[in-house]
Amino acid sequence: MNSFGYEIWLAMVTCFAAVFTQNILLTTFLGMCPFTSVSREVKTAAGLGGAVVFVMTCTTAINYWAYKLLIYLDLEFFRFILFIIIIAAFVQFVEMVIDRYSPKLYQSLGIFLPLITVNCAILGASLFMVIREYHFIQTIGYGFGAGLGWMLAILAMAGIRTRLNESRVPEGLRGPGITLIIAGLMALAFIGFTGVLS
Amino acid sequence: MADKNACMTCGGRGGLCGGKGIATLKEGVWTNNPLAIQVLGICSALAVTNKLSNSLVMGCAFLFVCVGSNLFVSLLRNNIPHRIRMIAEVAIIATFVILFDQFLKAYYWEMSKQLGPYVGLIITNCIVMGRAEAFALQNPPIVSIVDGVANGIGYGVALAIIGFARELFGSGQVVLGNLVLDLGYWYTPNQLMILAPGAFFVFGVLIAFFNLVKGGDGEEDKK
Repeated sequence: MNSFGYEIWLAMVTCFAAVFTQNILLTTFLGMCPFTSVSREVKTAAGLGGAVVFVMTCTTAINYWAYKLLIYLDLEFFRFILFIIIIAAFVQFVEMVIDRYSPKLYQSLGIFLPLITVNCAILGASLFMVIREYHFIQTIGYGFGAGLGWMLAILAMAGIRTRLNESRVPEGLRGPGITLIIAGLMALAFIGFTGVLS
Repeated sequence: MADKNACMTCGGRGGLCGGKGIATLKEGVWTNNPLAIQVLGICSALAVTNKLSNSLVMGCAFLFVCVGSNLFVSLLRNNIPHRIRMIAEVAIIATFVILFDQFLKAYYWEMSKQLGPYVGLIITNCIVMGRAEAFALQNPPIVSIVDGVANGIGYGVALAIIGFARELFGSGQVVLGNLVLDLGYWYTPNQLMILAPGAFFVFGVLIAFFNLVKGGDGEEDKK
């Protein structure tokens, strides 16, 4: 029982680390494409962020067992294809379930789901989970934390960009350029968290 | 090459893709550079560019995958049912990514470890998918190969520029095999360039530079 408590503790630490010290967007650069294109309004950013948290938590958990199966079959190199298929299938499945049972939720979340399949953060989280050799409970913590960190970053960016509409940006930097510079400043702030966990 | 199938990414500019060789090449490398102009597939571009050598290997990986997938998607373009084309494209792309990943693991283990998950993440790189979807599905194999090469080179060059700048200013010297470019003792290396924020800054400046040189034709509504 004691070791189970330790596992939970480890999962919480991993979750915290994934949100702050190793933010999946600002330190490993995953999920940049939607980050630059969907971060115009706070509301849409929140919707997409919520969908990412949910899908990431679930797919990392599923992929954990899928990878175990691949190791058993001695087919590790096959993992890229398997992971992406599982993610695509899961997203499709969730979309259908939500559409059937909760049209209201579908209205607010559903349109973001197809976008998620091509979000590299989702696949990236599964690959990091494999590379860093997390245990199962830790994997869930990591998936949740990484999703939360991504949501935090895109929400902050959306807030900043709403303000940015009223300011004058140098010509060449308009659009994606200034977004990246701001992301750099945010990353700078997040570096401040390094060393919180040691 | 029917007109109704005008290319998704450059349809607005008179469908250059409909032309041949040189036009396609220029399109990919300069006027429609996948990284600096379209700002697609930036995840790996930011992550692996802390060193010039990493950037070059990533560029090669990208070139290989893009050419391979373009060729095979183009060869199979009349046999893939429209409805499942996405999953077919992903399967083709993933096959090439696995090939390259296995090659790296077998011959350049150190490099493979440094690149980490980012080789695998080429699968979800929007550029490869976009080229397969927008170009290879509608064009014969040879032109598709040219398109793959052009985009691969455009991507690789942009990566190399970022990687060069970051390594030079981040560690004070650029090391590539036996070649060493040293800034000398007067320069104090700025660690920040190697860390995450440096990547964002350098890439933002690169985009601004490309836009300015090209004369910013309505970049306002870019994704």
